[in-house]
Amino acid sequence: MKFTIKVWRQKNAKTKGHFETYKVDNISPDSSFLEMLDILNDQLVHQNSDPVAFSKGCEGGEACSGEKYKEAKAAGKALPISFDHDCREGICGACSLYINGRAHGPENEVTTCQLFMRKFKDGSTITIEPWRSAAFPVIKDLVVDRSALDKIMQAGGFVDVRTGAAQDANNIPIPKEKADESMDAASCIGCGACVATCKNGSAMLFIGARVSSLALLPQGKVESTRRAMNMIAKMDELGFGTCTNTRACEMECPKHVSVSHIARLNREFLKGWCKK
Amino acid sequence: MSDTKLISHIPDGPLSEKWKKRKAEIKVVSPANKRKLEIIVVGTGLAGASAAASLGEMGYNVKIFCISDSPRRAHSIAAQGGINAAKNYQNDNDSIYRLFVDTVKGGDFRSREANVYRLAEVSNLIIDHCVAQGVPFAREYGGLLANRSFGGAQVSRTFYARGQTGQQLLLGAYASLNKEIKNGSVKSYPRHEMLDLVLINGQAKGIIARNIATGEIERFGAHAVVIATGGYGNVYFLSTNAMNSNGSAAWQCYKKGAYFGNPCFAQIHPTCIPVHGTQQCKLTLMSESLRNDGRIWVPKKMEDVLKLRKGEIKASQIPEEDRDYYLERRYPAFGNLVPRDIASRAAKERCDAGYGVNETGKAVFLDFKTAIERLGEDKIRERYGNLFQMYEEITDVNAYKEPMMIYPAIHYTMGGLWVDYDLQTTIPGLFAIGEANFSDHGGNRLGASALMQGLADGYFILPYTIGGYLAKKIQEPKTDINAPEFDEAEKAVKDRIAKLFAIKGKKSPDEIHKELGNIMWEYVGMGRTEEGLKKAIVEIKRLKEEFWKNVYVSGENGEFNQELEKAMRLADFFEIGDLMARDALNRRESCGGHFREEMQTEEGEAKRDDENFMYVSAWEYKGEGQEPELHKEPLVYEGIKVATRNYKD
Repeated sequence: MKFTIKVWRQKNAKTKGHFETYKVDNISPDSSFLEMLDILNDQLVHQNSDPVAFSKGCEGGEACSGEKYKEAKAAGKALPISFDHDCREGICGACSLYINGRAHGPENEVTTCQLFMRKFKDGSTITIEPWRSAAFPVIKDLVVDRSALDKIMQAGGFVDVRTGAAQDANNIPIPKEKADESMDAASCIGCGACVATCKNGSAMLFIGARVSSLALLPQGKVESTRRAMNMIAKMDELGFGTCTNTRACEMECPKHVSVSHIARLNREFLKGWCKK
Repeated sequence: MSDTKLISHIPDGPLSEKWKKRKAEIKVVSPANKRKLEIIVVGTGLAGASAAASLGEMGYNVKIFCISDSPRRAHSIAAQGGINAAKNYQNDNDSIYRLFVDTVKGGDFRSREANVYRLAEVSNLIIDHCVAQGVPFAREYGGLLANRSFGGAQVSRTFYARGQTGQQLLLGAYASLNKEIKNGSVKSYPRHEMLDLVLINGQAKGIIARNIATGEIERFGAHAVVIATGGYGNVYFLSTNAMNSNGSAAWQCYKKGAYFGNPCFAQIHPTCIPVHGTQQCKLTLMSESLRNDGRIWVPKKMEDVLKLRKGEIKASQIPEEDRDYYLERRYPAFGNLVPRDIASRAAKERCDAGYGVNETGKAVFLDFKTAIERLGEDKIRERYGNLFQMYEEITDVNAYKEPMMIYPAIHYTMGGLWVDYDLQTTIPGLFAIGEANFSDHGGNRLGASALMQGLADGYFILPYTIGGYLAKKIQEPKTDINAPEFDEAEKAVKDRIAKLFAIKGKKSPDEIHKELGNIMWEYVGMGRTEEGLKKAIVEIKRLKEEFWKNVYVSGENGEFNQELEKAMRLADFFEIGDLMARDALNRRESCGGHFREEMQTEEGEAKRDDENFMYVSAWEYKGEGQEPELHKEPLVYEGIKVATRNYKD
């Protein structure tokens, strides 16, 4: 398969970014989207390391030799594209691309690393952007700084229990339905697609998933109101927007975390608010 | 023992009393003194995050480092199937002793008995703690915790959270870590990669790290350093490890004097999605839990194999009588739930005999037909839904209708930094926990035991044992990061980076890494021979030389640069691969995941040699270009009778 790749390039947080266009060829339909980017990067490395040899095998891809290549090199176009990725199994939440205008690309309920090239039309142009949100500044190219999500978690996304202080695990029975629903919420991978896709840049689904997962269990229930208040306060402080119930987050969540968890978050938050 | 450094410090007394005895012996550090002591933890997986959280709770000052943008990305998150504990909630006569026996036996009698017993002892505390943290383990309708079975065990002792147990346990540890970050006892350094260990007077006193986001080289000092950076499976290029997982932090410790234990013991996991082509960079695991309900087979008739490869028939069209359920045939007592090394070798045996079921000839079936008939599709969906979905995303095949195709792949490394009973390496003040150490899994790790070991080390063992070391350090001031030792280490790191950029060769780091992976898989993979291993050593040397002449590192140093990260990790992988091959060559026996083709029984089973090889090989670095020196820690088993593994009856 062949593709034209239009990708966001940005040297660092301080410089202005722009789109660049590349061509890739001989992509297996069984390759993952990130493997396609690996191949493009390998192409770019070879273009730099051996421009002469590369230009011989180059099929009219822009800027593969001569003056054009020099220009491209000076502009940083010829450097490999940086992108976050790690497990490539759809669970670590590191990969984070906006593909053809959608978080994690055109498929529902998958992360970018679990997106395969057979899902794209041969010969088409694919546009790749980083997560776009005020709370996620660009570090380089497609890599953004999502440490704000960690800071929200640090504000209260835990049960205050010390190692070694627990009773026997079977002492408190938990209804299976509750445990299952808690698990549904806990499947959030913290990728930030919800924030990137939300027109307000809100992290309510991310917080809702954590607060709801813990509120459903007796162990997490104790602090649930305080947890909701603290996490939302931190979200506001860090420049995330608020929720206006468009449900775009739920649509784009690769783990399909339901907005009903935002409802449970709101309930916990309101309980705290009323007591205030 | 003549070796002065290789002392395991196992407490005296009966096996079941050893840990109690050690805990009683360890000096305690007072709260006032804990506040003055600093600990560096490198790695934020299950072991690192749980250790940092527990140490923070105790009152120490902790700095924690990870290469990812968040501690939650560590590759523990990808563990699917579950975590073992000897709770005996299923009333199937499980016990601490039985978990200990299964683990030692599963490891083919090459793990340290006392460490394994302690692991089994604390396993129950882990489940209690994780439930208290709000980990949503699977439950029965009565509200109690559910269990399932895993390879190498005849009881159901595995606790799980769907197919995402690692994720849930890591989020639990990450949450506890966040609690301590909020409390101010832990400071987190994401996107930081440890590049060197700093020793002052022979003791671990700090690290040199590169800030991955900015490219700056930074210094960090402490009273002790804990390595929790996982394994080195990515030496094979294609593995189930995450793309960024690497062995460099542990390797730098080795080069500073820490012994490396059993490097040749690498686990090859039987149930991975087969390789599809040369563009692939990563293999995906299908959880071992699938072997609870899935049956593994290849056709009995070669004509069916050929038709399958041509796409003329589908697996589901092959009648029962023409299927060879080879694990059930060879190992009736354990069937599809034999340990990983045995299941992997059996798959290789069938594929080598020509019965591989895909076009590459390197795949066998994992079939849910019988289970779906017995339990219904809904029950299977409830148990493994996310795994079936993932399989379909990757392969475009609906595994409810047609069997999955699987093949073994590199998954885990049992070898690692040599540690004593207190998890301290041969360098005073340097500790290693989780997959990064060697101690608990011997020649083969059982399923659902990695999570158990990571959390046992991090929550319950290291936080106590490190106190024994730190109690002697309460008078020592904070480490001065302007000391000449830091200057020297930082300079060495900067020189190494400058050298890599200066090569300006023609190949990308990935290209060379793939070649290394091919050498490793071919000669240091599932079947090893004397000739092959010798060849591997020569080939790795050649490739290493080529790397240092012909790699091309794009971009610049003082910036976010993934090509530089890859090149630095690869530079260490050559050396790790070399030591693995040397260790495999030295170990002239077959045991666990290490299969020397010369050493096998007539039925093709591993032939262990207890008389000559019942020891841990601990390798000492002797300098660039020098042969490493082998030290031996003899293994003694008092609580279990040493026997040949038998999964047949």
